[in-house]
Amino acid sequence: MKAITANRLTDGRVIYRTAEGQWSSRLDEAEHLDGDAAEARLAQAEAEFGIAVGPYLIDIEDERPGGQKWRREAIRLTGPTTGSTREPA
Amino acid sequence: MYKYDAYDHALVRERIEEFRDQVARRLDGRLTEDQFKPLRLMNGVYLQLHAYMLRVAIPYGTLNGPQLRTLAHIARRYDRGYGHFTTRTNIQFNWPALVDVPDILDHLAKVEMHAIQTSGNCIRNVTADPFAGAAADEIEDSRPWAEIIRQWSTFHPEFTFLPRKFKIAVNGARDDRAGIRVHDIGLQIVKNEAGETGFEVWVGGGQGRTPRLAQKIRDFLEPRDLLSYLTAILRVYNQHGRRDNLYKARIKILVEALGAEEFGRQTEEEWADIREGELELPAAEIARIRAFFDRPSVSKAQPVPVSGKPGFAGWLRRNRRAHQVEGLSSVVISLKPVGGTPGDITDDQLDIVADLAERYGFDEARATPDQNLVLPHVRNEDLETVWDALVAAGLATANAGLATDIVSCPGLDYCSLANARSIPIAQAISSLVEAEGLAEPVGDVTIKIDGCINACGHHHVAHIGVLGVDKRGEEFYQITLGGAFGNDASIGGIVGKGLAGEDVPGAIVRVLKTYLEIRDENERFIDTLRRVGADAFKESIYVAA
Repeated sequence: MKAITANRLTDGRVIYRTAEGQWSSRLDEAEHLDGDAAEARLAQAEAEFGIAVGPYLIDIEDERPGGQKWRREAIRLTGPTTGSTREPA
Repeated sequence: MYKYDAYDHALVRERIEEFRDQVARRLDGRLTEDQFKPLRLMNGVYLQLHAYMLRVAIPYGTLNGPQLRTLAHIARRYDRGYGHFTTRTNIQFNWPALVDVPDILDHLAKVEMHAIQTSGNCIRNVTADPFAGAAADEIEDSRPWAEIIRQWSTFHPEFTFLPRKFKIAVNGARDDRAGIRVHDIGLQIVKNEAGETGFEVWVGGGQGRTPRLAQKIRDFLEPRDLLSYLTAILRVYNQHGRRDNLYKARIKILVEALGAEEFGRQTEEEWADIREGELELPAAEIARIRAFFDRPSVSKAQPVPVSGKPGFAGWLRRNRRAHQVEGLSSVVISLKPVGGTPGDITDDQLDIVADLAERYGFDEARATPDQNLVLPHVRNEDLETVWDALVAAGLATANAGLATDIVSCPGLDYCSLANARSIPIAQAISSLVEAEGLAEPVGDVTIKIDGCINACGHHHVAHIGVLGVDKRGEEFYQITLGGAFGNDASIGGIVGKGLAGEDVPGAIVRVLKTYLEIRDENERFIDTLRRVGADAFKESIYVAA
């Protein structure tokens, strides 16, 4: 399965496209897509002006990022693994 | 330190207002991302994995107290409480919102800083010796020349759209601490037989996927000819550099294709047409710029303390550097706590360094290519007070130049170009080296880690380099041995097949232990490696893998 991800225009944070055509910071709210439907939905997202920058498809396996880019997408989802990030003051 | 004049202030102000309007037009949809991306990059704004990243220029690595305090404020107010010093002596903020960037640039402008030319195919921030104006082995202070190049290259209309980015280093000491052999142009200040200072000119160095060491094309360039000669080099590159292939666009590829001799000939030919013109540097202008970089003086020189609290002597031994003025020392503020993120510094720590620079450091600090900071001018009688404050701030790690002083790019934890993580590998190596008690016994060694072949972490020129690669979704790490940065610059060679991340720290520790077993007396790691060859270490890397 696939999902569509992007970065939010105002602050660059990671977002996922929902079935309603909205954007959420939660992967579990992302629409799961397959085959031609995924490509069509991505084309739609790319054509819209909105809050998303650079939408693209990612693989989803067992509700988590999958495929060869799984680690990159897991880090995008959960943040750096360096143990040194802090939440905004 | 250089102070902006009215022209500098106006230039930066105008750019901020221009960018503020561009951001507004992007946010309301008048600009597409394709239109906006080159504009934001010209202002240092990248889009990384999790957020925008703002790269702030630190001209030739020089900072003062108010600037450090402003960086602290930006980290605290607009980021997540920390910044990250890079190998190009800039600072990056990993979490700013796009909507805040114009305001951040306003704060920077008030202390004569900006993010201009920290991206794009232009002349980037000039690199210089972080001990310039202080080092005991200095021939001449490189900062006035770096400042002259900064002014000449800022918004230079002819060189704003080069085939690729362009980096210049200036070194004024006998030891090359600016990396002139791994820059597009390296300028080494030398004296001729008449005792006059000028520049050796090196071209075509660089790292990335095609690492090359620069080659010398001129033995002595008179200072007045600096800008005309740089212009000639840039014109040859701009004319003949490849724009058809991103990976072959750097000047190193052109120099290799033409040969250094032919590149030099074409440069001289171009230079002959322009050297007597408006680019000739007037002596009065050189003197005006030099006047901004006064050497501090001491009325009554005190010796370096020989005793003090536990830990102080060890810190002095590792982190103090000799100064050209009797009674002063330079000190390295390590941003490499064991297990920490190389180059990271918190907002509070930035404030403390600002305090120390102002109270005890003639209001100067420097960022280094090793991702540390330097207080270049500290009175010897103030060293222990400075150390006390650094200890309290968690900034007194006594490891400058040791195996725990690891350089690392941001890697896959932040960077959209990376293939593998690098910071966690650095953290694991430094923790294991510390646990094994190896740092002090091994002594001087450089370990540098990259998460992709672009090599922002300079692994090619590390004694021990680590390069992360992705193989079908899994991280592997190639080990390189024998690289060096400086007078004896060399490119490291890949030892063998890649290791899994969890095997890297053990392999590095075994390399260090092998060195301790086979070294001659007083022989540095790199000298042993060059004497016996990398193969002598190969078994230690793969024995348990």
